[in-house]
Amino acid sequence: MPKLKDIAKACKSKNAGPFELTLDIMFDDAATFDKVRKTGVISPQLIADLYRVPVESVVFTEFPPAHAYKATIARRIASGAVGDTDVYGAQQHAPLLDVEIPI
Amino acid sequence: MVSASGILGYGFPESSLKAGLSRKPHMIGVDGGSSDPGPHYLGSGKTLSSRLAMKRDMALLLQGAIANRIPMMIGTCGGAGGEPHLQICAEILREIAREHDLHFKLALIHSEQNKAWLKDQLQADRIHPLGGAAPLTESVIDRAERIVGMMGPEPYRAALEAGAQVILAGRSTDPAPWAALAMHHGMPPAQAWFAGKMLECACNAALPKKHDCLMGTVAPDYVEVEPLNPELRCTPLSVAVQALHENASPIIHKEPGGLLDTSACEIKAHTERAVRVSGMQWRPQPYTIKLEGAEKVGYSAITFAGTRDPGLIAQIGDFIRAVRESVATKVAAFQVSPEEYRLVLRLYGKDGVMGEWEPLKDATTHEIGVLAEAVANTQDLANVVISVTRVTLLHTDFPGRMCKEGNMAFPFSPSDIERGAIYEFSLRHVVEPRDPYEMFPIEFENV
Repeated sequence: MPKLKDIAKACKSKNAGPFELTLDIMFDDAATFDKVRKTGVISPQLIADLYRVPVESVVFTEFPPAHAYKATIARRIASGAVGDTDVYGAQQHAPLLDVEIPI
Repeated sequence: MVSASGILGYGFPESSLKAGLSRKPHMIGVDGGSSDPGPHYLGSGKTLSSRLAMKRDMALLLQGAIANRIPMMIGTCGGAGGEPHLQICAEILREIAREHDLHFKLALIHSEQNKAWLKDQLQADRIHPLGGAAPLTESVIDRAERIVGMMGPEPYRAALEAGAQVILAGRSTDPAPWAALAMHHGMPPAQAWFAGKMLECACNAALPKKHDCLMGTVAPDYVEVEPLNPELRCTPLSVAVQALHENASPIIHKEPGGLLDTSACEIKAHTERAVRVSGMQWRPQPYTIKLEGAEKVGYSAITFAGTRDPGLIAQIGDFIRAVRESVATKVAAFQVSPEEYRLVLRLYGKDGVMGEWEPLKDATTHEIGVLAEAVANTQDLANVVISVTRVTLLHTDFPGRMCKEGNMAFPFSPSDIERGAIYEFSLRHVVEPRDPYEMFPIEFENV
């Protein structure tokens, strides 16, 4: 079964302001995006499970013009605060890469 | 309208700016900052880009604007848009003007907020938390090193109407300079804001992504974007992707005074390299201004070392617990209580990047890097704690220890590094000003 890292064009994370982290999953074309969409695997629940946050706190958007999903969650620690490990939030994407997509 | 680069000081090819100016734009601008690099800049008053890099970009923009008699605008000057950041950009600008004998009317728009005014707003219940933050208190305001308001396009428009050709502004919502110019020329808010959104990160909206100049054209019913470097192009996909960038939602963008709604947008290739977008909508909302603040949380000292010992790596969790206990005992002997300092240990090769979010708990590795950080109320105490931690990392015993000369490889001498004062973002609130201008005084100057 393919994993997201095999079929996505991009899986990335980045700050959306100092207190939130936004995850983008993008595909090359509408056909791939639609196939992935039909599996229903990429969902607020998936993000909640991978990042251990309450599902109701996940701001989740499907964005067909970019063949993309976006999910925004609270950062573990505000950007640059004591104990933070990733000021830009740019390296929190790895758990997405191994998500299996039954297509 | 031209946007020169992602952030002032990130650079752009001079040929791209020339290509932009040859198309007779109504303005050139660049965003000057972001909260992305963390709280240090707002807290310390230091700039994100170097003075040299900002001067290089600003000199090209200023000369281009004066020669073409068009406005030049920079938002969120100096990285964080506080008063020291605005002043250093103004000083660089005046220096460039002297060196090139340029004359113009300058507007400086201030965004650093008066604490007494903020407390009045708090009293009047005009400050509200965002995203589950706690209600603001007077002590948070008092403790902040610096608080800025994130201005909308209105102060820029006021400066333009007063005849300013060059506008340097403090903290601004990123699209503000371009949204202001487009509205100043009568374009509707939806198209003006959308153009600003596209232009704020310049060629982030193009392929391949580069620090380069982007041209944006606003009409009453569409926005067109095109990179000015012939090697780059905008495609409907690259433009759609820009909508995802650093936003919580790609569809609804919260801005002062309204929401930019792109859910009904049509994105179409206009040429091989230019994209037209139509159908954006502007939904007016009560006027609010986002506040950003940074407070000093102490002083930091760090040390970095690595272990290549398989026996230690196999029991790294127990080892780190033993180090923490030993450090606590040794520091307590200096009559320092545990509340006076924090010791943060990041283990690279284990979970140094993701911390508690790391899903791979038991991955094996042959090296682990330990980044130890001590945070205390004085630099001296942070130095004391990191010094003790260094020695303890080096010499703490563990079962089966084969190399008793030292557990860690330290790459540097001295191994302990002072980081100085450190800050945290301390506000996550909006204020309802009486109008879009009262928080952002405009100062005019004939340069």
